[in-house]
Amino acid sequence: MHASRGILPLALHDVCFSAGGQAIIDRVSTELAAGPSTIILGANGAGKSVLMRLMHGLLQPTSGEIAWNEPDAERLRRRQAMVFQRPIMLRRSALANVIYALEVARVARAEREQIAFEALESVGLTQLAHRPARVLSGGEQQRLALARAWALHPEVLFLDEPTASLDPTATREIEMVIRAFDASGTKIVMATHNLGQARRLGDEVLFINQGRLVECAPVETFFKQPASAEAAAFIKGELPWNRCADRCWRPC
Amino acid sequence: MDGILQAARGAFGLIVSGDAALAEIVLLSLQVSLSAVALATLFGLPLGAAIAVGRFSGRRAAVVLLNALMGLPPVVVGLVVYLMLSRAGPLGGMGLLFTPPAMVIAQAILVLPIIAALCRQAVEDAWIEYEEQLRSLGAVGLRAALTLVWDIRFSLLTAILAGLGRASAEVGAVMIVGGNIDGVTRVMTTTIALETSKGDLPLALSLGIVLIALVIALNAAAFLVKEAAQRRYG
Repeated sequence: MHASRGILPLALHDVCFSAGGQAIIDRVSTELAAGPSTIILGANGAGKSVLMRLMHGLLQPTSGEIAWNEPDAERLRRRQAMVFQRPIMLRRSALANVIYALEVARVARAEREQIAFEALESVGLTQLAHRPARVLSGGEQQRLALARAWALHPEVLFLDEPTASLDPTATREIEMVIRAFDASGTKIVMATHNLGQARRLGDEVLFINQGRLVECAPVETFFKQPASAEAAAFIKGELPWNRCADRCWRPC
Repeated sequence: MDGILQAARGAFGLIVSGDAALAEIVLLSLQVSLSAVALATLFGLPLGAAIAVGRFSGRRAAVVLLNALMGLPPVVVGLVVYLMLSRAGPLGGMGLLFTPPAMVIAQAILVLPIIAALCRQAVEDAWIEYEEQLRSLGAVGLRAALTLVWDIRFSLLTAILAGLGRASAEVGAVMIVGGNIDGVTRVMTTTIALETSKGDLPLALSLGIVLIALVIALNAAAFLVKEAAQRRYG
């Protein structure tokens, strides 16, 4: 739906990112198209979150190019949103947190409250609209973070391990919300190290290891026939790994 | 020991009797100190927040300078304000010297760096926590700074109280720019200094007791407000 005049596709050309002299992201090239939900999969410390922050514009690449199908920076920023692993809530009500996001996005004052309530309803938080956001449970705060992002009607929604610190019940609730957002046409780009979650929510997988994009494949193909030894080992749960001199990988 | 007890008895007598001169001095002290803190808060909070969130050349020097200014000597500030407001000074035409507004200006100059520096630190700590989320939403620069100030407003009460403590305890600057004129610019601290030098210990002690009681009462009120607000807003 958004493909013809949206901000996608997003193209990464030889993107590198270093910090403290250490390469975190190493020559990543790929393209994200509108439609299928993309899972950035990899072990802890593989570079998933950094790659996502580079895509979202929170970090600038050390070298390489990140190109969206949208030259206007302001419009580009407004057409994407991100939910972090640990939701940061402003010290105000759940409703006011969503309204704040709309205010920053310059949504007309008269429309803000209605849009905010709709967003809260989409994540099942209408009853808690007037509760202080910071006293909500971890799962509720994460749903509120999703509502805050969703209220902006983003074309692309980045999710950085949104269920990493949640119990199974809260995880299930979050996944249901993500599925609903996906079904509505929003491009979901989610980082996770959870294989089950990748299977449940993903259409395609970008497998990251040590900052390198090792594999990019449809989710079915990735899990049935991983093309790389690293991916195969990760799927089998063979961790940790040792690095060979020739940059191949093998399980201990 | 007898002298102290006698002074204490006299002090309580003055407080209990609601002495008019004492009340006048207390009221003027509160007016001057609260006005100075309000003025310093108005400029200090945005200044501190701007330095916390802003990224500009010379920022580190600004932080060091701001922290250093917390230790401004009151008599030096008093002297500079005196020179500015004296008849030969650039602002002499305003006729403010030896008036309560001059005392407010001097105290505000002393308090502003305290509020700004403590605000800068608090906002900077909050910025570490909030930065990615706010940038992701598109809130940067002034908007981010104001959002942070509003969000940590109850923590910033501590900075404002520290400023109030400085203002209410200050004697050197208000003595110089106010002149300690009876019924016009005489406040608690200058009266304590004067009456002690004259040997009128009951009045000096009674003002000391009132001053400490006021500071404790204001801090207690602020603490209760902060607790209630945190319960309400999380």
